[in-house]
Amino acid sequence: MTDSTAVAPARRAAASGWLQAQLRNIAPFATLIVLVALFSALSPSFTTFDNFTNILSQISVTGIIAVGLTFVILCAEIDLSVASVANAVGIVIAYFTLQDPSVNIHNVPLPGAAAIVLGLVVSVLFGCATAIGMTVIGIPSFIMTLAMLQIGAGICAMLVRGQIAYNVPSLIHTLGAGSIGPVPWIVIIAALVLLIGHIVLTYTRFGRYIYMTGGNREAAEYSGINTKAIIASVMVIAAVCSGLAGMLGVARFGSAQQDEFGDFLLDSISAVVVGGTSLFGGQGGIGNTIVGLFVLGVLNNGLDHIRIDSFLKILIRGLILLLALIVNVYAQRMRTRAATTAAAS
Amino acid sequence: MEPNIPLLELVGIRKSFGGVAALTDVDFTLNAGEIHGLVGENGAGKSTLMKIIAGVHAEYQGTMRLAGKPVRFRSARDAKAAGIGMVHQELSIVRDLSVAENVLLGVQPLNRFGLVDYPKMTRIAGEQLQRLGIDVDPRLPAGALPLGLQQLIEIARVLFSGARIIILDEPTSALSPPEVERLFDLLRRVRDEGHSLVFISHFLDDILRVSDTITIFRNGRRIETAPVRRIDKRWIIERMIGAGHEELEESYTGEIQLHSRPDAKVVMTAEGLTRPGMFEDVSLDVRAGEVLGIYGFMGSGQLELARALFGKLGLARGRVLLDGRETHLVNTAAARRAGIAFVPESRRDMLFHMEPVFKNVSISILDRISRLWVRPNAERTIANKHVMSLQIRPPLVDRPLGTLSGGNQQKVALAKWLTFLPRVLLLSEPTRGMDVGAKDDVLKIVKSLRAEGIGVVVVSTEPETVLSLADRILVMKRGRIAREFADEVVSKDRLLAAA
Ligand SMILES: Nc1ncnc2c1ncn2[C@@H]1O[C@H](COP(=O)(O)OP(=O)(O)OP(=O)(O)O)[C@@H](O)[C@H]1O
Ligand SMILES: [Mg+2]
Repeated sequence: MTDSTAVAPARRAAASGWLQAQLRNIAPFATLIVLVALFSALSPSFTTFDNFTNILSQISVTGIIAVGLTFVILCAEIDLSVASVANAVGIVIAYFTLQDPSVNIHNVPLPGAAAIVLGLVVSVLFGCATAIGMTVIGIPSFIMTLAMLQIGAGICAMLVRGQIAYNVPSLIHTLGAGSIGPVPWIVIIAALVLLIGHIVLTYTRFGRYIYMTGGNREAAEYSGINTKAIIASVMVIAAVCSGLAGMLGVARFGSAQQDEFGDFLLDSISAVVVGGTSLFGGQGGIGNTIVGLFVLGVLNNGLDHIRIDSFLKILIRGLILLLALIVNVYAQRMRTRAATTAAAS
Repeated sequence: MEPNIPLLELVGIRKSFGGVAALTDVDFTLNAGEIHGLVGENGAGKSTLMKIIAGVHAEYQGTMRLAGKPVRFRSARDAKAAGIGMVHQELSIVRDLSVAENVLLGVQPLNRFGLVDYPKMTRIAGEQLQRLGIDVDPRLPAGALPLGLQQLIEIARVLFSGARIIILDEPTSALSPPEVERLFDLLRRVRDEGHSLVFISHFLDDILRVSDTITIFRNGRRIETAPVRRIDKRWIIERMIGAGHEELEESYTGEIQLHSRPDAKVVMTAEGLTRPGMFEDVSLDVRAGEVLGIYGFMGSGQLELARALFGKLGLARGRVLLDGRETHLVNTAAARRAGIAFVPESRRDMLFHMEPVFKNVSISILDRISRLWVRPNAERTIANKHVMSLQIRPPLVDRPLGTLSGGNQQKVALAKWLTFLPRVLLLSEPTRGMDVGAKDDVLKIVKSLRAEGIGVVVVSTEPETVLSLADRILVMKRGRIAREFADEVVSKDRLLAAA
């Protein structure tokens, strides 16, 4: 009863409706293509294989954080503590690793495996604290994670006391700074985390619950879903992703110190939102986040290649984020109009 | 204005969504100073036509003339500027704004500094609501009020906006009889002041009582228009769904003999349930294979009681037993696992508008049909089965739910719970917004569920709903159970008297 009776104008209308609904997926991809074309034209050094792997490793740490954040934003929540948790966990594993005597930190050297486990435990604890604050006490995620951001920063400060640690467990060092052939390990890890995130969101029951909880929390509750449990798990997942990113990050940077992950909060939120995942929850996914990561990666890297004023670079990133937010909100409105208001009755 | 030029005239209107026709060659005329009733089955195209008039749908074929002049609205704002206001079927109230801000949305009075004059706004809104017989503090946030009051606030917004054409799409679906009465008085007064109104409703008695002219829709076509003094309910039903169904609406208008089932096994017992401000000391039994109706005016606590029985609202005191064992309904997930199902009165709270129909159907049974991985094809199969048996239209399970008409969405909400039968099914306003045929379908579904031995609880502010479905009726009044009707003759009047 659909196609056989469809007349041409109706079909065109349907196509434009589809386009409207897909705006959130198309716009970021178009942005990416434009950026790549632009930088390729402006700088020959941009389009080399080395630079490509370069971009990949540059976006890897952000990518791992962004996976957790995608889960959170799909639930229509936010996590402002991701970078802070990453930093804290990075410092925790360094704290439990034997450091050079010149490093003036009263740390507690443990076997590498123990340090890694402790790092993961700390991540989970961060996630649990956020989850309890949000679901049991009822603090909005924006404020709760703001507090956790500060607590993370506090732990960093307490552990290193202004010093810098250099050593991390050797496994972490390999994964964060080593390569297998031409491919950095960290890129492989990031790709794996993204893949797992995608599979969980798209093909598992838990993933479906995340989309439904984000799409309409009331309705999810009236369907007998424990939305608090979903939100709590999502916050823990975000913290674990951040912790993993933090461990690999300190290995990649070659040092563990305070305020090392400053840019990563904004970058990971930008990646998710630029990619087109809805800030209102329920729409988007890891595919979007990957495109968002590349937009950001290409932008940061490309700006380096065309030798632009590094202060201007900061401003440009801000403008790009603003633009993405506008498209995001606009896409939401178009989609809602395409799907609902017209048909609400 | 010349007397023979109609105020609003639509000719040859066609509208389709993605190739599916919603309106076919519709002519529609609205005269100055009339109340025009619109009836038709779910999905007949009533809302779609009205949205064209109100500028919500800008793309359509055909012509519209306002006082003889051709017009084409690009947006709802255009239509508003031309003096057309519409109360939509789905509430569009801004929950976080105050009542006063909602009533005067977009026309807030300003003081001499150009800022919103809050005291004046509160006063005006208060006066307007008073005219509708509502006594509510205009400074309260609108979202905190019961659905019925929210609906009245929206009506007030459009009614007092000065629009000369006022469209009301199922405005009474959440109102209690006295509220409906007051609304009708007001509509007549507004009409006598020279405004024209369109009134859409599935309550045929209401339509017949308040309209001057009635138009019947069916399948995207206008079937007939006639002055109200020449027609009756039979006439309408015949044209709405065809001959031979005239008795549908009659089934629960007269006196009804209730047949409770005192020997049936008790599946759910509530003892002394209390939530201050909502309901106090409510005790009841739900029996297997019996339909328990709970009736009360808006705000009597029965809608909240149903939520509490589904674990959505916490209890201050009291306990719930299922099959004699105490069950802690800490959240909705616990209630669902205990075998309780619930369909709330508001579709917006129950359904995912952006998601396809099949995901809406499967969401509450996902843990029964899949462990780790979702199985979309199994979900589609299940959804298809329900779409067929409930005659949900269009029968396409991959369509976003938001593209279904109101009544069809309601059926999807019910379908969610029919795959694996619950022990207790709580239905809040189950027939709200449904046409006579669909109401009859719900009646049949409830009867078949009862036959399967499910304890059904029907909670409503519409006496007809409770009377048509229940075997035993509790009447709630100010949060308490005021009266029980079992094994006796009841009628609408007796229910109202007890409430
Ligand atoms: N935005 C939309 N996209 C696709 N289909 C739509 C849309 N809006 C309405 N429809 C379809 O158009 C038809 C008419 O819907 P409409 O909402 O006008 O019905 P209605 O007469 O108001 O029914 P009800 O009494 O259930 O509210 C239905 O088949 C519906 O599915
Ligand atoms: Mg409608």
